Amino acid sequence: MIIIKDLVDKYDFRIVTGEEHINREIRGLYCCDLLSWVMSHAKQQDAWITVQTHTNIVAVAALLDIGCIIIPENITIESETISKAVEEGVVILRTPLSAYHIFCCFQELGLK
Amino acid sequence: MENKISSESLKLEFEVAKEDFSRAGEASSNIKKVLRQLGIDAQIIRRVAIATYEAEINIVIHSEGGKITLYIYPEFIQITAADKGPGIENIELAMKEGFSTASNRVRELGFGAGMGLPNMKRCCDTFTIESERGKSTVVTMLINMNKGGDNHDNH
Repeated sequence: MIIIKDLVDKYDFRIVTGEEHINREIRGLYCCDLLSWVMSHAKQQDAWITVQTHTNIVAVAALLDIGCIIIPENITIESETISKAVEEGVVILRTPLSAYHIFCCFQELGLK
Repeated sequence: MENKISSESLKLEFEVAKEDFSRAGEASSNIKKVLRQLGIDAQIIRRVAIATYEAEINIVIHSEGGKITLYIYPEFIQITAADKGPGIENIELAMKEGFSTASNRVRELGFGAGMGLPNMKRCCDTFTIESERGKSTVVTMLINMNKGGDNHDNH
């Protein structure tokens, strides 16, 4: 089982919002920036990698019960997005890693 | 938001403003919270969430504003998304996956993938769309409550 805390403890991930959910289980990993595509393909408890940082990613994550949003390559996250995520209980992680290296971390953690 | 309890249905109604991207998704988030409080099956909630989100985003991006109305019955949920125009010129084309008239600005935000209407159709058991150029667009979707039913969104 992979939990959000594993990413923060073992790799270069910083928790931006939702620290209280750090023990939440992550069951899959999904990467896409087209929101409608994410809406129809991402699964509950997936970690979702996206370069989009506007408030609507919080709505998508909350509606799908996404495990956490991962913002790669140290992209700056808009402050409105952070406030909205706090309000909705959505976890956002930020990392300098690229999408490929994030996938590598999950594979090392045992995600099949 | 308006809540009315009649003898057998619960009505929810949300106004959706045009071009208000910062609030886009609020109506569908609120709908999801109500359905969760009502103890509705998680898969049904997921389908309603996708259908209402896509409807909401379409109203924000493409219309002069509108509203989303839900009637929750014991057997099914009826979702109606009605806007104030300007209407769809070619519905058949609008229903095609990948077809979109969204602006580049909107696409850069990750919207306008041309998946909205197809996603809505896939999520519901009955889908109707009425529109013509210069008129309002009305999308009506029914989602049956039977848990063992055909799950259109089971990826």
